[in-house]
Amino acid sequence: MEKIKKYSKVIYILWLRQLKRYSRSRARMVGSLAQPTLFLVAMGFGFGPIFQKAGGGNYIQFLAPGIIAMSIIFTAMFGGMEVIYDRQFGFLKETLVAPVPRWTIMLGRTLGGATVSTAQGLVVFFIALLVGFRPENIFTAPLALIYMALIATSFTALGTAIASTMEDMQAFPLVMNFLIMPLFFLSGALFPLTGLPKAIQLIIRINPLSYGVDGIRGILSHQMHFTFHTDLFILLAFTLATLAAGSYLFSKIEV
Amino acid sequence: MNIITVKNLVKKFDDRPAVDDISFDVKKGEIFAFLGPNGAGKTTTIKMFTTLLKPTSGQILINGFDPTTNSDDVRQSFGIIFQDPSLDDELTAFENLEFHGVLYNVPKKIRRARIEELLKIVELEKRRDDLVKEFSGGMKRRLEIARGLLHHPQIIFLDEPTLGLDPQTRNHLWSYIKDMNQKEGITVFFSTHYMEEADRMSDRIAIIDNGKIVAEGTAEKLKADTASATLEDAFLKLTGKAIREEGANAVDKLRTMGRIWRR
Ligand SMILES: Nc1ncnc2c1ncn2[C@@H]1O[C@H](COP(=O)(O)OP(=O)(O)OP(=O)(O)O)[C@@H](O)[C@H]1O
Ligand SMILES: [Mg+2]
Repeated sequence: MEKIKKYSKVIYILWLRQLKRYSRSRARMVGSLAQPTLFLVAMGFGFGPIFQKAGGGNYIQFLAPGIIAMSIIFTAMFGGMEVIYDRQFGFLKETLVAPVPRWTIMLGRTLGGATVSTAQGLVVFFIALLVGFRPENIFTAPLALIYMALIATSFTALGTAIASTMEDMQAFPLVMNFLIMPLFFLSGALFPLTGLPKAIQLIIRINPLSYGVDGIRGILSHQMHFTFHTDLFILLAFTLATLAAGSYLFSKIEV
Repeated sequence: MNIITVKNLVKKFDDRPAVDDISFDVKKGEIFAFLGPNGAGKTTTIKMFTTLLKPTSGQILINGFDPTTNSDDVRQSFGIIFQDPSLDDELTAFENLEFHGVLYNVPKKIRRARIEELLKIVELEKRRDDLVKEFSGGMKRRLEIARGLLHHPQIIFLDEPTLGLDPQTRNHLWSYIKDMNQKEGITVFFSTHYMEEADRMSDRIAIIDNGKIVAEGTAEKLKADTASATLEDAFLKLTGKAIREEGANAVDKLRTMGRIWRR
């Protein structure tokens, strides 16, 4: 009991730290909203007519859930990779010698990063409303938060896991270009999965983000490729796996 | 009773030994000085004690626990002031302290009282709500000192705690540490390059050079053994007069140069 209380306090304080850091960095906030807004406007209006002609319906309805997911995965991965900044600025040491198991530190950081990314996704949802997006059912729309939170948690944990094995920021662009970008573009966030070449279909099926996008889109726009159960199950499994890998790698850090 | 036991400890970085087969003990309640030229292996040793680095070989017992297998128990036993920066720049001075207090499970009442007391000691009470990134180097160092003393563990590791501090703060710091040591029996393990400080404060000293312990004992013994009037002379006789640049990394080199310029 005593332990649970102690651990939850530690998790809480690390969660709070991530939130404070984020809320104090205006540049980061604005920067991370500019990109999804640009995508919504440029792609939404740019491809809208073609999409409609091809019989896909209103493109904004299709696109907005994908862009919400995009903003979450970007913020989440960057949040997780803050471990590298903390290592370089030295603060990581301070948390690594704390008198608690390192997984509590990792969990606190991850939940903090996940909260920030989910909030970010929510803001993008409201921006989408301004661009003309309309959820099919306003009462069930909040259920999308479940899928958003799962994407946020799993990708923050993934970012943490990767960052735990890195000494400095050098490898950051590699992760960006060879992991985050492909994950996003090959997730069905931008285009429907039907009628794609087999190889691409396969990649999209392996990509956990696809199930997040699908879940959010199912709830907000009533369009789905998989089922809610499949989406939920795969995202939960992925979240647990990334949390486990993240805790393991984080607890092995040497500075 | 020994609270720290080290046997044949080795740490190699890419086959280059930074700590080369050292063995020594620290008794419970002792103030122990760990001295040595730049790059001698002091910080590396402390990092192995505090679960931040894994030894290449050898044994360590901290408060009866092995850092490699019982790291959680070891971390319950000590506090540390690092040589290198370790603050969160995006938080205020108070937040850094509060964060540390919660992390170390210091009960709220004691935590708040100690934060006030320590902010006074390091003369930062007026800047408590300012972001750390707005602080000068010396102010940051003072805040780290305050943070390191916020909880009272069984052992406290101080890696060059007085580096960059003004004499006033140095005095306050040492009287606080002496007090902790005498009233609560906290073991103090510190490194420093100020020989006079080591002479005055420590019960016992170990000198490490090129990863090996070259001398051990009280300040009096080291002086007597080398027929020196001061600890500084004894230190120079034991470790030679050459500046340690060989094998030092860029940071070490800069630091060494900084010290030369400051003289
Ligand atoms: N992460 C690392 N990778 C490679 N070499 C390292 C690493 N950390 C330390 N070293 C090397 O180990 C040796 C001992 O370094 P250490 O930091 O322990 O010295 P120190 O006694 O604390 O010196 P100083 O008085 O300058 O703080 C040095 O040669 C240093 O270059
Ligand atoms: Mg050092």
